[in-house]
Amino acid sequence: MAEMIEMKERMKREPVPMREQLPSERIHNFKEVPLGYTREEAIYEAQRCLQCKNPTCMKGCPAEINIPTFIRYIVEEDFKKAYLTILKTDALPAVTGRVCPQEEQCQKECVLNKRGKPIAIGRLERFIADWARENGVHGIKDSVNKKQTKVAIVGSGPAGLACAADLAKMRYQVTLFEALHKPGGVLVYGIPEFRLPKTIVEYEVGQIEQTGVKVICDQVIGATRSIEDLKNEFDAIFLCNGAGAPRFMDIPGENMNDVYSANEFLTRSNLMKAYLFPEYDTPIKIRKRAATIGAGNVAMDSARTALRLGAEKSYIVYRRSRAEVPARAEEVHHAEEEGIIFHFLTLPVRILGDNEGRVTGMECIKMELGEPDESGRRSPVPIENSNFILEVDMIIDAIGTMANPIVARSARGVEVNKWGYFKVDERTRMTTCEGIFAGGDIVRGSATVISAVGDGKKAARFIDAYLSSGKSLKKQ
Amino acid sequence: MYRINRKTKLYQDMYSMWVEAPEIAKTVQPGQFIILMTREEGERVPLTVADYDRDRGLIHIVFQVVGKTTDELACFKEGDYLYSFTGPLGRKSEIEYFGTTVVVGGGTGIACIHPIARNLKAVGNKVIAIIGARSKELVIMEKELRLVSDELIVTTDDGSYGRKGFVTEVLKEKLDSDTTIKKVWTIGPPIMMKVTTELTKSYPVDTIVSLNTIMVDGTGMCGSCRVSIGGETKFVCTDGPEFDGQLVDWDEFMHRIYRYKEEENKSWQSFKEKKGCRCKEN
Repeated sequence: MAEMIEMKERMKREPVPMREQLPSERIHNFKEVPLGYTREEAIYEAQRCLQCKNPTCMKGCPAEINIPTFIRYIVEEDFKKAYLTILKTDALPAVTGRVCPQEEQCQKECVLNKRGKPIAIGRLERFIADWARENGVHGIKDSVNKKQTKVAIVGSGPAGLACAADLAKMRYQVTLFEALHKPGGVLVYGIPEFRLPKTIVEYEVGQIEQTGVKVICDQVIGATRSIEDLKNEFDAIFLCNGAGAPRFMDIPGENMNDVYSANEFLTRSNLMKAYLFPEYDTPIKIRKRAATIGAGNVAMDSARTALRLGAEKSYIVYRRSRAEVPARAEEVHHAEEEGIIFHFLTLPVRILGDNEGRVTGMECIKMELGEPDESGRRSPVPIENSNFILEVDMIIDAIGTMANPIVARSARGVEVNKWGYFKVDERTRMTTCEGIFAGGDIVRGSATVISAVGDGKKAARFIDAYLSSGKSLKKQ
Repeated sequence: MYRINRKTKLYQDMYSMWVEAPEIAKTVQPGQFIILMTREEGERVPLTVADYDRDRGLIHIVFQVVGKTTDELACFKEGDYLYSFTGPLGRKSEIEYFGTTVVVGGGTGIACIHPIARNLKAVGNKVIAIIGARSKELVIMEKELRLVSDELIVTTDDGSYGRKGFVTEVLKEKLDSDTTIKKVWTIGPPIMMKVTTELTKSYPVDTIVSLNTIMVDGTGMCGSCRVSIGGETKFVCTDGPEFDGQLVDWDEFMHRIYRYKEEENKSWQSFKEKKGCRCKEN
């Protein structure tokens, strides 16, 4: 067993960096970029934890993980207990350990962050989750003693999975409906293999299924079954179908052949595995110079995917400046290491093409930053006569998503706001229809995996409260 | 998994399949489509629903072998299972009483106009059906269509059956001679729908086409199926698949549906080289 080390040493010790695939190698493969901690590295890093009496890190964790406790178990080399500690509140540790923006959550609140050296909580979480998976250590099993009450969850992304896992622990009968042929939502169609290997998602979804959650794929709620159908069969419903509809720039030439929404581009590559074409049947066409529009995490994913699929040049085109980039710093760093070229303060105005519908270039205009807008960010203003042609032959729109109306259309009595997102009570996550709850991107608009997890967990708690008080959709 | 309940070879490379999908069969309407996958590694292919049997929970699809997935699908036997089968997707045909209507079908589109014709007839329309094929053997669903239409005209390109020529020639005659025609449905190969629309442009009739674009999810998530309708971008999967043919940007549509031709051919070629089966028993 490793030793707890002196306070002075804890404060002094430098954080353990994570080894990564070299940029020159990784741009030619889809394998994960960060390689994970070794046992020794994890322990060495865990030893830095101050084990605060009032741990501030936990306040920053929507998954409500008991962070100091699991870290203490790592120091004690009791990885199983560390795993079970995390699993108590977070059913997707290998996922959240990889894709959470820890620097804005738990690690931001870490006392050691005052010196700019927070504990690498995410990396430790990932280490434990990977260790458990690789060593066949399982969590909670299906409870034999299920309640008679049934909950339907619409959408199997992070919000749905988190909600399902928590409700299953409370012994409810949970059915998770997924529109696509594989569960996981954005975890399988959106986030690339090199950031989140799909076998890991499959494994953690499988673990949740082991707790008794029933997953049914190929079910488009609003088409295959309506919300009214579900109301007859289930006592409560959680809507978490995501904000899946892509946004386009609405500029001339955008329907040309080589223009993709990030959703299409990433779904082809991730869910349909076009990077393995022709072993997998779904193709993806990669041309020499790809421009990704937008600078969020999805844009970084798209630009880096284009590179791996064989684009010689991969650009990010963003209308604001570097300071306003919404993507995680780590993602931007990885993108730059890989040779992604950033065009800041640049706005596409027209896509040029040939007679066969192929892209031959993109006309852009240079921007400058003006007064701050509603979001507090300085809004970009076009500079007159600064138009120029960016020589590209493939374009990926990664400028955000909107609500997909299919579910809402079939949900009578469930009100949406002007953007089509479900209106919910902020505390209980209940919609305007009693017994129907909602969370994740279909309430927030495009947000993060972890905020969706947080919503799923909160909803589970209030669904439990609703059902425990004897109410049910069937009684309405 | 979705069991193939019945499979019939209609002609050389055209097949009819009834698939067990009770939930879809319960609510599907004419004009809607499904998305299927043969295997986990397969692609997601949209097919317009040719018919349905609500009581027995079956969905009818008709397809022609035009690439790897359809070739592979043709190798599936009765009792085999499809990996994925999702629907009903898209909007249903807007069927009401119009007066006199014409349904024009070509290729597998003949199967798709059948339930539309049936429903048009059921609400009191006079239904004229015009179906076309390259030659006699490729004429499908003739008997079924005759039952639900007031008049049925068959054309073949080579004159081996019915009238020699194209469906548009017959349609033109009908439009010239019968001014009570209010609405035309045309479903078939893209070029047939385009040409039909060009013809009807100078007549006071509405023309509905069913667009068969490339899709991935089929639920409005990816935008692979986008088309310009009257200058506005629409998604075939959620706004269609049926549109006013006069508003379709046909050139853009044709470019987009063939944008993976090269890859599709490559994929099909390697499939043909590998497969030993070629389903001789069919």
